[in-house]
Amino acid sequence: MLNNILKLSFWLGISILVLSFTLRNHYPGTEQHKVTIQFRHFAGMDALMLDSAVYKNDLGQSFRITKLKYYISNIHLIREKGGDFEVNSSFLIDDRDEKTKKITLSPVPEDSYSSMEFILGVDSLHNCNGAQSGALDPVNAMFWAWNSGYVFLKLEGKSPSSASSGNMLEYHIGGYKSPYNCIRKIKIAFPGKLFIGSEPGNKSIELKADILEILKNPVSIDFSKLSSVTDFHNSTTIANNYQDMFSLLNIHREN
Amino acid sequence: MDDNPYFRISAEDVKLKVPAGFPRPVYNFKTNRLTPEIFTLGRTLFYDKILSKDNSVSCGSCHQRIAAFAHIDHSLSHGIYAKIGTRNVPALQNLIWKDAYMWDGGVNNIELQPLSPITNPIEMDETLENVISKLKHDKKYVVLFQNAFHDTIIDSKRLLQSIAQFTGLMISGGSRYDRFQEGKDTFSVAEMNGLKIFRSKCENCHKEPLFTDNSYRNNGLKPDPSLKDEGRAKITGIEEDKYRFQVPGLRNIEMTYPYMHDGRFQKLRDVVNHYSNPENFDVGADRSLQKIGTLTEREKDELVAFLLTLTDKAFLYDRRFADPDFQ
Repeated sequence: MLNNILKLSFWLGISILVLSFTLRNHYPGTEQHKVTIQFRHFAGMDALMLDSAVYKNDLGQSFRITKLKYYISNIHLIREKGGDFEVNSSFLIDDRDEKTKKITLSPVPEDSYSSMEFILGVDSLHNCNGAQSGALDPVNAMFWAWNSGYVFLKLEGKSPSSASSGNMLEYHIGGYKSPYNCIRKIKIAFPGKLFIGSEPGNKSIELKADILEILKNPVSIDFSKLSSVTDFHNSTTIANNYQDMFSLLNIHREN
Repeated sequence: MDDNPYFRISAEDVKLKVPAGFPRPVYNFKTNRLTPEIFTLGRTLFYDKILSKDNSVSCGSCHQRIAAFAHIDHSLSHGIYAKIGTRNVPALQNLIWKDAYMWDGGVNNIELQPLSPITNPIEMDETLENVISKLKHDKKYVVLFQNAFHDTIIDSKRLLQSIAQFTGLMISGGSRYDRFQEGKDTFSVAEMNGLKIFRSKCENCHKEPLFTDNSYRNNGLKPDPSLKDEGRAKITGIEEDKYRFQVPGLRNIEMTYPYMHDGRFQKLRDVVNHYSNPENFDVGADRSLQKIGTLTEREKDELVAFLLTLTDKAFLYDRRFADPDFQ
């Protein structure tokens, strides 16, 4: 009897010890750290203004933008000492919907991060997974029914130079299969590092997304020749352009 | 409809039964667990015109059970506003063994397949957003979704997965051919000879037991210039894929007339005549077609006799797939 009680208390003690270690490792501080990523849309130096503002492309052709929507997926924060913190999901960003331009990662482990990576688009696995909900719900009108797969980026507008009817500009870029793979991996270095530690407040990474970069570098898009991309034809030309549309504005503390 | 016990779906009705000799299915319902309630929701949606813009066309309008869910006697698909499509309505059977759907293989998952006809301007011409909104405002569907998922959410994932349960269980593996393979039935001499011809000349693409290798091939038909249908190339952008179409399975072929991707042949005999006439093949014809050579009239008869053994009456009259509201 006494023997049994001793045994029981021994195992109970071990269990508590193991449990406390486990909890400790998962939650080093009491605070759960959040990192927000704020996307700021620009046309060159100017903040993007849909519908009304007139911009010029690389070839001096004027145009207006009426729609900008795109997917950001699989965000990695790269640790300075190696390894990374990954959020394996997709976010749909729509210029018309302010709240979609802010992504919150939580909880982010305490560490020093030197850069981040993400893809513009949706990875091939999630292009083949069947019916999905949330950001990947086809009801968001970012899905091709006749050739299964997500539209990674929609840029629409008008230009007097456009050859399309109604002077439309329409760039719907998607496709996850070679040789028309339009998924692009974006790398953003943090020159001043991103420290997630015990200090209060959340860190915010502000990124610039420049729509002029979608239309140039390496290929300057001539609206009189290419005013519409809605399938694999010329899709990778635009994808190669949007590869470098993102840059770091700043990292700051919120609140 | 609900009160007719004949159409009621039981737990037994939604068990996935893989016919003897069939390979492992590509789609296994792992992330879409089969239940009588979800299957029933899928069946209701399949036969409901609510999926089309003006409530005039349902999936079942063009996919008729008695034709193994092809469209009897219609060479090209008929859609909304009496519009005519560019392709023959394919049979719906053994879909979970396919890795891609549509004649050009453009759809990569059975769950996503309905999006194509729903949103196609010459089929149902509806938006997914509208369909969901109509369902949310329909008392019948509020109840059906609640029964199926035990909460009040009505979304596209549930819509699509429920239809996938209904179409995914359309399995045909009970024909005379199947019973013959199991040693439970016998073939006539003509059928036996037909099977031999089939295995030496057709099997290369129409691989048993599903009677397709799921590949895309140019079957030698001269393209119909009025349809401008480049087939697989429209999906892949690859020049060699021009005029290639997915090899269809041949089960229940007796019922799925007319034949070929554009429905140009009314009779099985016409199909056999085409393959037996190499001089008439289009330039891009698949090389394996040359193996067929010219068949004698008798060989053609025997081949057709064999093809008729692929009719699966149990499947064609399966009550689970009937429209309970059909009068």
